Amino acid sequence: MLTASPIPRPLSRRRFLASSLGLAAAAPGLLAQTRINRPQQGGLLRLGISGGFTSDSLDPARISDAFMTLLSFGQLRNTLVEIDEQGRPRPELADGWDVSPDARVWRFGLRRGVEFHHGKTLEAADVVASINHHRGRQSVSPVKILLDNILQLRPDGKTGVVFELRDGQADFPFVLADIHLTIQPHDGDVTTGVGTGGYQLVEFEPGVRSLTRRNPNYWKADRAHFEAVEMLAIADVNARTAALQTGRVDAINRCELKTLHLLSRLPGIQILQTHGTKHYSLPMHTDVAPFDNPDVRLALKYAIDRDALLRTILRGYGSLGNDHPISRGQPYFAARLAQRPYDPDRARFHLRRAGLDGLRLRLSTSDAAFPGAVDTAVLYREHAAKAGLTLQIVREPADGYWKNVWLTKPFCLCSWNGQPTAGLMFATAYAEDAAWNDTRFRHPRFNRLLRAARAELDEHKRAEQYAEMQTIVRDEGGVIIPLFAADVCAADSRLRFGQLASHRELDGGRCAERWWWAREPGGS
Amino acid sequence: MSLRVLIVRRLALGLLTLLAISLILSLGLEVLPGDVAEAVLGQSATPDTVAALRRQLGVDRPLHVRYLDWLADLVRGELGTSLANQQPVAELIRGRLANTVLLATLTALVAVPLALSLGLVAAVYRDRWIDKTLSIVGLSTISLPDFFIAYLLTVVFAVRLQVFPAVSIISPGMALADTLSALSLPVLTLGLVVGAHMMRLTRAAILNLLHSPYIEMARLKGLSPGRIIVHHALPNAVSPIINVVVLNLAFLVVGVVVVEVVFVYPGLGQLLVDAVSKRDLPVVRACGLIFASVYVVLNLTADVLALLSNPRLRQPSSP
Repeated sequence: MLTASPIPRPLSRRRFLASSLGLAAAAPGLLAQTRINRPQQGGLLRLGISGGFTSDSLDPARISDAFMTLLSFGQLRNTLVEIDEQGRPRPELADGWDVSPDARVWRFGLRRGVEFHHGKTLEAADVVASINHHRGRQSVSPVKILLDNILQLRPDGKTGVVFELRDGQADFPFVLADIHLTIQPHDGDVTTGVGTGGYQLVEFEPGVRSLTRRNPNYWKADRAHFEAVEMLAIADVNARTAALQTGRVDAINRCELKTLHLLSRLPGIQILQTHGTKHYSLPMHTDVAPFDNPDVRLALKYAIDRDALLRTILRGYGSLGNDHPISRGQPYFAARLAQRPYDPDRARFHLRRAGLDGLRLRLSTSDAAFPGAVDTAVLYREHAAKAGLTLQIVREPADGYWKNVWLTKPFCLCSWNGQPTAGLMFATAYAEDAAWNDTRFRHPRFNRLLRAARAELDEHKRAEQYAEMQTIVRDEGGVIIPLFAADVCAADSRLRFGQLASHRELDGGRCAERWWWAREPGGS
Repeated sequence: MSLRVLIVRRLALGLLTLLAISLILSLGLEVLPGDVAEAVLGQSATPDTVAALRRQLGVDRPLHVRYLDWLADLVRGELGTSLANQQPVAELIRGRLANTVLLATLTALVAVPLALSLGLVAAVYRDRWIDKTLSIVGLSTISLPDFFIAYLLTVVFAVRLQVFPAVSIISPGMALADTLSALSLPVLTLGLVVGAHMMRLTRAAILNLLHSPYIEMARLKGLSPGRIIVHHALPNAVSPIINVVVLNLAFLVVGVVVVEVVFVYPGLGQLLVDAVSKRDLPVVRACGLIFASVYVVLNLTADVLALLSNPRLRQPSSP
């Protein structure tokens, strides 16, 4: 589900007693509880973040990892559209939108009276310039490809913008909620950090630290509760954990799964697990022998023991994948599609149907693909051996993995952060002309469905189309997706929040805007 | 050869070395897979955006052109701008270098006197309990990898006893007491690593001398052990000890990468690691040159000090 909760732990007798006692004790204090749970103003939030580098830049086109996401998108700036905790698009700097029946022309109205940190009022020209920053031949932005569908972008008076698309795109608002597409003043330097966000930049040393202070003039009255937010870039997971344990920071991302059970036992620390769209994959080039044979691909899909991988690689912090990239919590997830089991006999059967008795394959791997990718490959070799498949593990250097191995070697390990909607995910990595089509998947029916669903505004019809596409990728596609990995963060237990958004770590990247401190220190 | 000639000649050689190193660094980074455009864009790179970024950064020009440009800049005293985030390299490095030098200096101030005196004590009380204890401690710290020592110290002093902070991020405006407190664990870790090494070698150097004939002679003359050590052994042990100390000082500046990562200390090592992974040639070249200069200058210092401490080396030509 799209919900987040402290990790469920098996209820021992003692814990059961404790929790039922707690419940009884809490009943009279329910009123007090709600008071604490109402957002409180004030305090300093300190985050210890993995994913900050000396090469970080405030240029929104250069954002690649968590630190800059949390700073640029989560504190300094806003986007036109926000994805809420349910995973739905909501107007942010826009006050709403209209769409033509063919989903080709989108008009976004702009919220009035919104001011940038330096006092200038938000207007259409700012939006146009901010989006255009990612378009065109000179653009180096990772979202350039998502914006290629925009034929024309023009202001509509001072308080509206119109996007004219090449092909209809029903989930276009999701695109505008991307972390890169924040709105900056059109006449300023994009690296100063001036935006419309809840916090203003005080200090920023790339790869080390950032400090922001609450924007007294923030246009959202009920958000950005902290007085100031400090972030430290802490690459080493042990250092991050020690920083949280010793109270140097209040929350950390990307916890060490191996020792999480120890961390969760400590008083004063809460573990936040969210199930988003992040998944691990093993792409095969469907145009290279023997992967061009659908039976070989099916054999490889049946030969992997997903349960064992979930237990060992993720220590249970994730969920099973079903060889397509749409996660359980997402809209349009095909719930009726049966989960593919580990079945060596079935794998053998498909091998025989492909006219093979056994098969030797090279599988390229490196922990650059995802933490535990090498172990995953080794375990898969053991699983596959039972089906007569001999996998030869090739350990590739982590450095340059995305350039030299991924998209190049016919069978390797890979990971995806995923996209908020099925349409965007399929368009990014499964459409035949997609730049990141890492399985070289060319399926006419799939591509027809993708085009049709993309412009389909009827929710019911879209759901059917996306469900069929998930079936196609699962049964005919060139990718094994064994696991969806949960995001696991840890925080001081006095930090409060509503339902956590799951599409990015730390509440959709917006913990600074959405969280607050409980007034009573030590209260739970 | 006079001292001045020696110094000038060594400095000239040092400059040549640095030039060679800059060339090797440039070629080395070229040989590594991928370039700055691909490294910065990572998994989200497309041929389109990579080409655009290469054009923007000017890395589509051939290597020798870029190298000569850089040399010309260097002669004008400019280090260029970082390819990864367009900041001036000098600015990126200034604060980091100051931090690393601060860490190294503090460690040296604590570790050098302590290690030398402990080494001396161990040599004098050879095979007694104090020598054995120092040997066990010293050998263990030398044998353990420095990140392990760092984690051990973190667990004991930061997590359990809560006397020192686990994270050593410092910023320019910090109070002196806070800075020192933040630095305590990295200093302790580095101090243990280099201190143990220096202590062992000091002990060995002095023991070596204590076996030489002229010390035997002094002993037969009936001089007190203290006098023998201070007046006869130490002056002759200075030269090898200086070498050990200086090489360890160089290690302090260069070899702190792991310790900086574990304690999240914003020093030069951390910067270099980031720059290499992003193929940021100007930053890598600048960091590399700084590290190399530290070695060149410290080696020169060691030689000069050895000459000053040992009159025999100053003789025109000894057979």
